[in-house]
Amino acid sequence: MLPVTTIGGYLGSGKTTLVNHLLRNNGGLRLAILVNEFGELPIDEDLIESQDEDVISIAGGCICCSYGNDMMAALGDLAEMAAPPDHVLIEASGVAIPSAILAAVGLLDGFRGDGIVVVADAETVQKLAKDDYVGDTIERQLIDADLVILNKIDLVTDEAKAVTENWLSSSAPSASVVPAERGQVPIGLVLGAVQEGREYLAETNHEGSPFESFVLKPHGDLSAEKLAEQLAIGGYGVVRAKGFVTEKDGMRKLIHVVGQRWQASPTEDENEPAVVCIGLKQQLKRAEIESFASKI
Amino acid sequence: MSDFRVYAAKKVITMDPNRPVATHIAVRDGRILGVGQLSDLEPWGDYELDDRFADKVIMPGLIEGHSHTMEGTLWTKTYCGYFDRMDPHGKTWTGMKTLDAVLDRLREAEAELEDPNAPITGWQLDPIYMDNMKVSRHDLDKVSTTRPIGILHASGHIMNVNSKALEMAGLLKTGNNHPGVPLGEDGLPTGELKGPDVMTPVGPHVGLNRSLTDADEQGIRDFAKLCVRTGVTTATDLAARLTDEGVDMMVRVTSEKDFPACIMPFRFFLGLTPKELIENVKGLKERSTDRLRLGQIKIVADGSIQGFSARLRWPGYHNGAPNGLWYVSPEQMSEIYHLALEAGILVHTHTNGDQATQLAIEKLGAALQAHPSRDHRFTLQHCQLADAAQFRKMAKLGMCVNLFANHHFYWGDEHYRLTVGPDRAERMNACRTALDSGVPMAIHSDAPITPLGPLFTAWCAVNRITASGRVQGHNERIAVDEALYAITLGAAYTLHLDGEVGSIEVGKRADFAILEDDPTEVGGDKLKDIEVWGTVQGGRVFPAADL
Repeated sequence: MLPVTTIGGYLGSGKTTLVNHLLRNNGGLRLAILVNEFGELPIDEDLIESQDEDVISIAGGCICCSYGNDMMAALGDLAEMAAPPDHVLIEASGVAIPSAILAAVGLLDGFRGDGIVVVADAETVQKLAKDDYVGDTIERQLIDADLVILNKIDLVTDEAKAVTENWLSSSAPSASVVPAERGQVPIGLVLGAVQEGREYLAETNHEGSPFESFVLKPHGDLSAEKLAEQLAIGGYGVVRAKGFVTEKDGMRKLIHVVGQRWQASPTEDENEPAVVCIGLKQQLKRAEIESFASKI
Repeated sequence: MSDFRVYAAKKVITMDPNRPVATHIAVRDGRILGVGQLSDLEPWGDYELDDRFADKVIMPGLIEGHSHTMEGTLWTKTYCGYFDRMDPHGKTWTGMKTLDAVLDRLREAEAELEDPNAPITGWQLDPIYMDNMKVSRHDLDKVSTTRPIGILHASGHIMNVNSKALEMAGLLKTGNNHPGVPLGEDGLPTGELKGPDVMTPVGPHVGLNRSLTDADEQGIRDFAKLCVRTGVTTATDLAARLTDEGVDMMVRVTSEKDFPACIMPFRFFLGLTPKELIENVKGLKERSTDRLRLGQIKIVADGSIQGFSARLRWPGYHNGAPNGLWYVSPEQMSEIYHLALEAGILVHTHTNGDQATQLAIEKLGAALQAHPSRDHRFTLQHCQLADAAQFRKMAKLGMCVNLFANHHFYWGDEHYRLTVGPDRAERMNACRTALDSGVPMAIHSDAPITPLGPLFTAWCAVNRITASGRVQGHNERIAVDEALYAITLGAAYTLHLDGEVGSIEVGKRADFAILEDDPTEVGGDKLKDIEVWGTVQGGRVFPAADL
């Protein structure tokens, strides 16, 4: 199953900056970026290896494709590539509703909707949400978001940031909100696709990082569904979690959590049971998570 | 030796107020040399008198300012519409009033297929006229369980498919979670697919592939035949993707000796940044020919009113549906307007809801401050819900409008009782207000959404009768001569073509609609019944009977 993340948000919120940051820090993943059209700077020039009309080849085996007005066909083309990418990011247009895009992706065989990421400009998002023309579009983008990247946080005061975060708690009720400057967030947070826990840890647990992470070692006979659900909605400050668990009957499952969205699916992989959990410093409740995980 | 030809007619309606009616037209090199009585034309020298139109009425070739050449391509599929409709070969297909009739039609289509795996593709189904009945995959399975079947609705936004088609697309399973894929009690899709996102994965399996909006070679030839049968000599293709191969093909086909119409494609705005779009369209303009006029842009601002995807101002939809969708961001619309005004490129913008119209007015107003342009003729297409203040503003800004008169007939009842309610339904497609406000106006069919046929479109604008037979919005009716102007010079004006076509005057292209009756005499209620003999385009005669 090819994981697909949609990245939405209004014009100027920083979607393209985020995408370029992820390409630069791709953790060894081969990313495919789908954009409606090649904007003036869809991809930073130094990352581009070659370009033709519809495809830009990017360092590290990544690509960026423009799909015009037929996204579903473009996804189909990606799946049929000789070496399909590890993860697809759909950079939605500024007025598109990213949850609608992910719902459509869910209809295609061979794809797994990984999450809805909405980039919001900390300076302008609340004002835009009141705009006569696009206000309701902004609301519809946020309401189903799993992860809101509150971007350009360096341009607002702490007080303004707090007001916006408070507003987002009702405007994006199922999302984790992650503050960011220039789209700089760990890829493990945005995409649940990093194969090994190490990258998460290296990227998040350094001094100065606003994030922290740890590896949960679940015991051998719990319900993967219950664990994933609790990580998603239990209020433990988990922004993103991914890993393998073994259930009582020996069934191995892969779990994904982003915001309040969670999935648990059987897997053939033989990995050690381990779930990487990431959250914001001071908000991630490690002890409580380990405690509840030992009881379910 | 004669060096020009004079056509004698029962009557020539010129649309030129200096000489509104005449009996003879002189044509040389595909252009109008003179118009008047025979004696007026004799000084030009030796002529050949052609009296084949002696018992016909000649009008300027009719102009369809909003159509899609894909109508030609759709006629290779099975017609499933509710109303009688004429195909490019002149055969009128009887409208189907029940689902059983539709299924019978599909069975007939199946009987003609030799390949056991070939899909059956239908189009123009409109369950609105059948009590909004839901068609399910089980219904279509009665026609075939072994070959895929798909029927496109008249709106173009919904499709019904059978079980085989769902199976081929990998959708015949439980767990589909999408508002555009309704599920039956068994948890499996009912076979109704709503919206382009859910139609595209299934479309190719049922013969509706992704490039359907671009007519193919035969489709364009067939579309042109429909033009001849309806008196049309100039038609827009609004909008097309205009790939290099597509343009090569269109240049070649429209240049064929007997291609009977002038086609004016508008480049669809999506897929390029505004700057690239302008450069692309400048390049296209260079490739224009006499019968293929390239170099214009079409923007789509919102969706459709009956699909609840149009952007409405307060108080929104009558049934409480949430507001519709933007298909362009205000910033992108604004940037295209600025760049296009600067480059002198014509832009037509689809706005259905009144909020979309308001946005276009505001953005163009601001762009005109930056790039004053006295004769831009930017046109709002459909513009169905505009109110009087918006028309006044459009007039001040030099904007044109192309109103969807046919829509009022086909879906007016639906707007009255469901989408916007009686008051706004009565002001929809407000031709009277547009003209009184001084907005240059055309009226259109949006073929294939409704059938090509400007005389029918004129009838719609004159009578404002809905499908159920009610007159809806008496006050917005217009006079016959105003409607005839709208389908000739009015439409030509919105395309910057009024100096070349749209009236029968010296120097203009010899484009004529040849009619069996006089539209100024038969009465407004009979406009749609006037028989079309054929056309003359660029001086070439095209009898419908010979197509």
